[in-house]
Amino acid sequence: MTTDTLVDNRSKRQVARATQKSEKMAQKRLTSRGATIAAIIIAVIWTIPTFGLFVTSFRPGSDTQSTGWWTVFVNPSFTLDNYSQALNSGGTALTLGQSFINSLGITIPATVFPLVIASLAAYAFAWIDFKFKNIVFVGVFALQIVPIQMALVPLLSLFSKGLTVNGVGIFPGFELRDAEHSFATVWIAHAIFALPLAIFMLHNFISEIPGEVIEAARVDGAGHGQIFFRIVLPLATPAIASFAIFQFLWVWNDLLVATIFAPSTSLPLTQTLNSLSGTWGNQWFLQSAGAFISIIVPLVVFFSLQRFFVRGLLAGATKG
Amino acid sequence: MRVSLHRRIAAPIAIATIVGLALVGCAEESGTDSGSTEGQTVKISGGITGTEADALNKSFDAFTKDTGIKVEYTGDKSFEGNIVTKVTGGSAPDIAIVPQPGLLKTLVETGEVKEAAEETSANVDKNWSPDWKKYGTFDGKFYAAPMLASIKGYVWYSPAQFKEWGVTVPTTWDETLALTKTIQEKTQKAPWCAGFASDAASGWPGTDWIEDLVLRQSGPDVYDSWVAGDTKFTDPDIKKAFDSVGEILLNPAYVNAGYGDVKSINSTAFGDVAAKVADGSCALTHQASFLSSNFLDVKTAAGTTPTVAPDGDVYGFVLPGIEAGSANIEVGGEFVTPFTDSEAVKKVTAYMATPEFADARVSLGGVISANLNADPSKASSPLLQDAMKLLQDPNTTVRFDGSDLMPSTVGAGSFWKGMVSWIDGKDTDTVLSDIQAGYEN
Repeated sequence: MTTDTLVDNRSKRQVARATQKSEKMAQKRLTSRGATIAAIIIAVIWTIPTFGLFVTSFRPGSDTQSTGWWTVFVNPSFTLDNYSQALNSGGTALTLGQSFINSLGITIPATVFPLVIASLAAYAFAWIDFKFKNIVFVGVFALQIVPIQMALVPLLSLFSKGLTVNGVGIFPGFELRDAEHSFATVWIAHAIFALPLAIFMLHNFISEIPGEVIEAARVDGAGHGQIFFRIVLPLATPAIASFAIFQFLWVWNDLLVATIFAPSTSLPLTQTLNSLSGTWGNQWFLQSAGAFISIIVPLVVFFSLQRFFVRGLLAGATKG
Repeated sequence: MRVSLHRRIAAPIAIATIVGLALVGCAEESGTDSGSTEGQTVKISGGITGTEADALNKSFDAFTKDTGIKVEYTGDKSFEGNIVTKVTGGSAPDIAIVPQPGLLKTLVETGEVKEAAEETSANVDKNWSPDWKKYGTFDGKFYAAPMLASIKGYVWYSPAQFKEWGVTVPTTWDETLALTKTIQEKTQKAPWCAGFASDAASGWPGTDWIEDLVLRQSGPDVYDSWVAGDTKFTDPDIKKAFDSVGEILLNPAYVNAGYGDVKSINSTAFGDVAAKVADGSCALTHQASFLSSNFLDVKTAAGTTPTVAPDGDVYGFVLPGIEAGSANIEVGGEFVTPFTDSEAVKKVTAYMATPEFADARVSLGGVISANLNADPSKASSPLLQDAMKLLQDPNTTVRFDGSDLMPSTVGAGSFWKGMVSWIDGKDTDTVLSDIQAGYEN
């Protein structure tokens, strides 16, 4: 027992030392003063427009209309009016504050649903043998080619009119759209549009798990449920997390799908943000404040999940 | 093995059944009871957003009090594109407010638009000139009643500056050109500013210029045949209008005040010019009556909100005709298009065609109505009051915005793009044949 730990500790130290050494080497090879300066310059240039928008969001509307945001450095004048106006007016039936809640109500389930289904499907495609597996998988993958815009009208008419073939009602269609604050159609639409890519990405990651691990579990008597929950899910966490970030950002920033499918009481933030400037665009300065209100959530999500993001970004990228 | 197979199939079936039941349950709940219209909600959607949308919602207050019908308006900036998808997908709102007769035609062709109720039709006969009813009529059936209106072709200027330069409002097109020259000589700066940028719709302010000139130079008959597609863009009448507009918009000495050279017209947002007119750096700009709402959020050189009045900081005159006293004006407007024929919807459309609705909305500010029995004195500024009187005047020849009436491949396609490339320096003949080619798409 003691010798075991001793050997263990010694080898651990050795590994740690080797890792440190190679890390240092990598750092040396990858960084130079020139590269750092270039990176900083690029970062600054890319941030300027966002910074300008940020400054604009605190300037009085009439100033914004006549002078550029950079004039604040010589002639500073700031106000929080834009934020309070943007939050309380909204420019359509909902205020920005209300639609902010709607956005959360749409985005969180619309991220969870496709991930749950896709991880199960990906496991099945990777580790369960069934007939026509490959054909079905190629079929799912091929669905990515269908542009959203083409699917809008058929899907919408399926939701509102149902499906009837030769006079036989196959699916009655649900009138959820008319219900107040109903998100169901938007959730289903987002889940449908996300599934092909989600299944494909997760499949590539899950199929990379060494076969020995799965087989060992099977030998020990684990069923599909146990394998999925105790082995596949923990190992696939980075891939699932990174796809969750992607999906969250897509749905959060989506305007088209929500405008088409959501009833007027459950429209998301993007819709209100879009309408904020008014019919003739005369209040566009409110959009700068609205934009920063809507940026908050994606930023929080990104920074809290960022360590998964880098690891998971390359998930499945090496195997097509 | 058999048992486990059963189990494997049973679970998904059970789940599917539960989900199915839940969804059907939802569907049953939402059935509405017919009968009394009291307490029903009528959903309206349209492209009007911002403060204008708030005002529209507010203008139904009295109606809701009287009838108990709730009216809920939702604005969407990309309404023109989305409404077609929604209607063909079977998920149309109760009422849509359609700003273009061309789009209205597309919607009527889907077969989902309901004919206007008798009461609505009677109200329109009583309160609008026959021209307006014509725009909502297809194949002899009347569908959509007009709502609000705007007069295109106003020229916005600063009365104070005019006084300072000793010039007056022109009464003919030639006087307008002479005025431009005078201001240019006095200030040594470009007198006109223009902005064509409007996201996907960039170029539309230019189409208004051309339409104004066609209507004034060649008269309403040529205008009608041009809009119908019989007079081609390449015909001399239309080229003449382009040449006349070009005397101002393509002349580096005359544009683009406060921004830069001719090409900066394309990069300037159409609403931004209001700021330059207000602070005095731009003497003249051509835009519809709705520009008055853009003057609410800008400042004069002195730092105050400009007053829109004949003796104030900014004011507008209708672009004059070729001869003094001729009153050919171009208008825009919206149409109330019903997609359901429930009693509540009928009552709402009928109400929206009354002078009471026009008065309620107009008094909330920023807009005008072509309703003949509405009260012009309720409009929020002297300019809008004059504009309403002009619309109600039986001697005024009114024509609807041509690009809104043309097929969308031209009116919302090649015509817009043509204006942008014309400003970019493409020669007029090529531009005209490019625009005309839009009819073949």
